[in-house]
Amino acid sequence: MSIDSVFVHKMWNDHELSKMVAGGVPFPMLSDAGGKVGTIYGIYDEEAGVETRGRFIIDPDGIVQGFEVLTPPVGRNVSESLRQIQAFQLVRNSKGTEATPSGWKPGKMTLKPGIDLVGKVWEVWKTEMAFD
Amino acid sequence: MPEEFKPGCARPTGGPAGEKPLQKEIPSETRPKETSAMIKVGRKAPDFSAPAFFNGKFVNINLSEYLGKWVVLCFYPGDFTFV
Repeated sequence: MSIDSVFVHKMWNDHELSKMVAGGVPFPMLSDAGGKVGTIYGIYDEEAGVETRGRFIIDPDGIVQGFEVLTPPVGRNVSESLRQIQAFQLVRNSKGTEATPSGWKPGKMTLKPGIDLVGKVWEVWKTEMAFD
Repeated sequence: MPEEFKPGCARPTGGPAGEKPLQKEIPSETRPKETSAMIKVGRKAPDFSAPAFFNGKFVNINLSEYLGKWVVLCFYPGDFTFV
């Protein structure tokens, strides 16, 4: 979503993005003239008249599970967004019985919070596991 | 002569030139609330309706249509910016 019109979205998709991604952008390119949606999400920069790089992960119940906001010159890390979604999905599927510690990615161990784990995380989780 | 500018990562924009227009002082009680509180995790994402370009068509999208699915909502400064 940006403050550009859908006409500009079409031109950008047809003339540039479709040369990066075969078939063009596979998801809706939303238009937010005036930054009205960006304002309620807290990422519209009124002075510059543009949206900053806000990224929100919204679950199937419409609940915001996470967000990240960057200033314009720095791009996002798509793999990190996907990792977070996988972690939120795992937690949701476990109905909250499992949690993903720092550095978790698919295949790595999860934690099962409970009275037996109090003060014992150091036994099962090592700091190296925070890194790839 | 128009001055050439180097395009950066923000969308080039303009504004009123010359003297600043007189601004009426609005008493603080009646001043509209500054951007209401930032989104909170664990709370409902505000619903919205917005026009979109999707699959070669112009369509209207409501966030609420996506209930039951995971959604990544991304904002960015502008089409044809570099990053």
